[in-house]
Amino acid sequence: MSINKQQDFGTPASDAQQTVTLEIDGFKVTAPVGTSIMRAAASIGIDIPKLCATDSIEPFGSCRLCVVQIEGGRGMPASCTTPVAEGLKISTQNQKLADVRRGVMELYISDHPLDCLTCSANGDCELQDMAGAVGLREVRYNPAGENHLGAVKDESNPYFSFDPSKCIVCSRCVRACEETQGTFALTIDGRGFDSKVSPSENQAFMDSECVSCGACVQACPTATLMEKSVIDHGQPEHAIVTTCAYCGVGCSFRAEMKGEQVIRMVPNKDGQANHGHSCVKGRFAFGYTTHKDRVTKPMIRASISDPWKEVSWEEAINHAASELKRIQQKYGKDSIGGITSSRCTNEEVYLMQKLIRAGFGNNNVDTCARVCHSPTGYGLKQTFGESSGTQDFDSVMEADVIMVIGANPTDGHPVFASLMKKRLRQAAKLIVADPRQIDLVRTPHIQADYHLKLRPSTNVALINALAYVIVTENLVDEDFVNARCDMESFSKWRTFIAQEQNSPEAAESITGVPAADVRAAARLYATAKNAAIYYGLGVTEHSQGSTTVIGIANLAMATGNLGRKGVGVNPLRGQNNVQGSCDMGSFPHEYPGYRHVANDDTRHLFEATWHTDLSPEPGLRIPNMFEAALDKTFMGLYVQGEDIAQSDPDTQHVHAALRSMECVIVQDLFLNETAKFAHVFFPGSSFLEKNGTFTNAERRISPVRKVMTPLAKYQDWEVTQMLANAMGYPMNYSHPSEIMAELASLTPTFAGVSYEKIDRLGSIQWPCNDEAPEGTPIMHKGEFMRDDGKGLFMLTGYVPTAEKVTPKFPLILTTGRILSQYNVGAQTRRTQNNVWHAEDILEIHPHDAEDRGINNQDWVGIKSRAGETVLRALVSERMQPGIVYTTFHFPESGANVITTDNSDWATNCPEYKVTAVQVTKVNQPSEWQKNYRAFSEDQLELLAQGRDGEEKETA
Amino acid sequence: MSHKIERLIKMANDISNFFNTETDKELAAEGVKKHLLRAWEPRMRHEIIAYYQQDGSGLSPLAKEAVKMLAAD
Repeated sequence: MSINKQQDFGTPASDAQQTVTLEIDGFKVTAPVGTSIMRAAASIGIDIPKLCATDSIEPFGSCRLCVVQIEGGRGMPASCTTPVAEGLKISTQNQKLADVRRGVMELYISDHPLDCLTCSANGDCELQDMAGAVGLREVRYNPAGENHLGAVKDESNPYFSFDPSKCIVCSRCVRACEETQGTFALTIDGRGFDSKVSPSENQAFMDSECVSCGACVQACPTATLMEKSVIDHGQPEHAIVTTCAYCGVGCSFRAEMKGEQVIRMVPNKDGQANHGHSCVKGRFAFGYTTHKDRVTKPMIRASISDPWKEVSWEEAINHAASELKRIQQKYGKDSIGGITSSRCTNEEVYLMQKLIRAGFGNNNVDTCARVCHSPTGYGLKQTFGESSGTQDFDSVMEADVIMVIGANPTDGHPVFASLMKKRLRQAAKLIVADPRQIDLVRTPHIQADYHLKLRPSTNVALINALAYVIVTENLVDEDFVNARCDMESFSKWRTFIAQEQNSPEAAESITGVPAADVRAAARLYATAKNAAIYYGLGVTEHSQGSTTVIGIANLAMATGNLGRKGVGVNPLRGQNNVQGSCDMGSFPHEYPGYRHVANDDTRHLFEATWHTDLSPEPGLRIPNMFEAALDKTFMGLYVQGEDIAQSDPDTQHVHAALRSMECVIVQDLFLNETAKFAHVFFPGSSFLEKNGTFTNAERRISPVRKVMTPLAKYQDWEVTQMLANAMGYPMNYSHPSEIMAELASLTPTFAGVSYEKIDRLGSIQWPCNDEAPEGTPIMHKGEFMRDDGKGLFMLTGYVPTAEKVTPKFPLILTTGRILSQYNVGAQTRRTQNNVWHAEDILEIHPHDAEDRGINNQDWVGIKSRAGETVLRALVSERMQPGIVYTTFHFPESGANVITTDNSDWATNCPEYKVTAVQVTKVNQPSEWQKNYRAFSEDQLELLAQGRDGEEKETA
Repeated sequence: MSHKIERLIKMANDISNFFNTETDKELAAEGVKKHLLRAWEPRMRHEIIAYYQQDGSGLSPLAKEAVKMLAAD
């Protein structure tokens, strides 16, 4: 193992097909048109000295270190900004060039501290490297002259330091912020000698618009912008490529290590999802993996009012198995089940569902996609024949119109948002359908062409109105529909959608969106060469979530926006492995590959491989498990990596269900909220402690690699295997690659997937089989994946939600996410990301605030028919009047105490986005909060008692 | 009425609301029935059938028709 630095070619690659051949230092080189001389040289191993160039950003030609001479040409052009041309003869090294470069370096070093030995960049400093490369031996300028050596450090960011005394004003950070991240937080302030890097208007980084993505830190060639972890610990000595454990973008990272300690996470330039970019979570927020709150010993207890007792793995596993068997004996085979998590690997999820189906003997397995993207699975399976998005992320770079519906990519999927913003700055038009003014609506150099500010819960009416315009204004792509779709369903849909009730004018009273805007947006979408839809939980988490997904699929089919680059239906999956956990057969009615348990052929296939009879009946979904628990027919639950006590709706109902079970087993990194109701705790392993794969929102299966020893000894899949064996169902895998091999042998869309191939290709987008041996970036190219190959149109009648505003509950609460925190916050709350968001707050429009006498920072009570909680208020015009908004990252906030049991008709995905509430000014926490705080403190005390007991016994 | 059966009735009615857009009501009822078979655990199906047979008044007409078909299977 070594640090094995990734080569920097100096300038981005050209994607031109045409090539030219030239000669550099006597060597022939062929490169695509548009390639810089610098890059062409680097491609044959000739490194031209450089400082202001790096291959993640466009060349700038400022440092003049990369000058070359061209035979027959004049002067010394910069090789970074000079493109290759046929027949050029280039010299990169001669005396004249050496003199110029040495002169340039001398000037740089004359205003740079000479503290190389104690500098944090020592061993990874391009300035130092270049001084060596050009043979700098002296600096003739008077060191007492005017300089910047006394410039003051900015330490405001928790993760990186900004030391302007070491800055060479190469602008790489400024350009990375613009081009790579698209935030434009940095600029060069002043002119000439006064030039300096300035966050916003000479503010500290933390006071600027900086989103702490770290692109500037990565781009910096010196120690000016440096990770504090490197300052503290020194340079890493080896690197292992792995995949981020946060959002559904699934960024590839190099975990740069010192022994078993992660020094920094650096986004992988070869990462096919992220191309070397990252966000504040992936790059910096990994400290939770070694946080003091990690529980690293198995624990058991008889009742949730007892102290925990630390026990051996063997005892914990045997106890759990005997409890599950006891419950099955007492209450029947179907009285136990399990919940998988999108925070776990594919292999862990596969094993969980196998344990439940084959070991428990029922199909009571469900996953957290139940509460996020289950409508995506249903809607896209019905219409297109496969439960997944249609494109790769890079496809967005060929979109001419981008429609974002109910998604907030800059917060939820920041690295993909940067790519999308790049395309929007280049050329694409933007339609945003969202009740809130998300950042994308107006951000530097981007302004949405249409912001369809609809009322929550009216997505279907809006989608139908868009479709109405397309149908009645003859904007249907008839050729596509005729060739690719089921014509009977299309004809029925066309008749339905053309009804007057679906017109933008009729819908306006429902959605609140001006009809003229809907008509204009529909025309823009339908007439674009390439139009792509991106959507998120603002689509799915509704009582008509599945209907909206179907409506979106109808729109894409009717306009022929499927089956090529630049188009498609793109669900932005919330968590890192939502796609994967669904693919792996986590739903109670579907085996891996979305095949129904009642299908005899499929079931027999699994029965033959798993050597047991399997139930042909669908099992319980998560909310049905809760109902059955309260009904005393579901009494044992194995939860891996999920925190249903915090994330699921109607918290009090969930807590009551958990309390009524006889054995709750939680496998997690921390004593999470669900574990406070548990009887067995299996300590989990973080993504840094195990091998496996994650599948991101573009169906990309990427490797997760173990970079440190599991703190609790075992990787999570090993624990599931031990439990299976103790239950009497044998499992004998020695490595997750064997689990993937079994899955591939059973699942046609994964038939060609193997660890060997993932290692070779970096990642694979399924379907991957004989027809597509290296995977499928764009789906449904020639035909859809339904049995007859045709896309199916479905009718999407608008049904108003049952959750209505009333005089008692006159506002609509909608919930969402923020950039710095992740889901239930178990990971990010245990990092310094809390400096950006230390509590959940309630955003409220100034009119609604004024009516209630509410000011910024006031405590406000939010009451729904399900419950009441108290948060601080933020008065904000991002909200429309009548709508309030909060996040759910902190358990004590109790955001889900308020959300109700309303859910999607097809999948029971909760209607998180619509809760009728009243908001009032208060001066103390709600009763629920007081009670829960007391309960939570008791539980932490019971944890501490268990640990004390262990210490005493040991003593 | 227990919370649980109320919830099942609501779920059945929600499913029926989707299929109700279909003008051919026989087809619509078949859609609801298939959905119940595809997605509902047997305990839930038995309970909604039992409710339909004893009372059924909370079910929408389409849901009632679908549960009737389910019971007849």
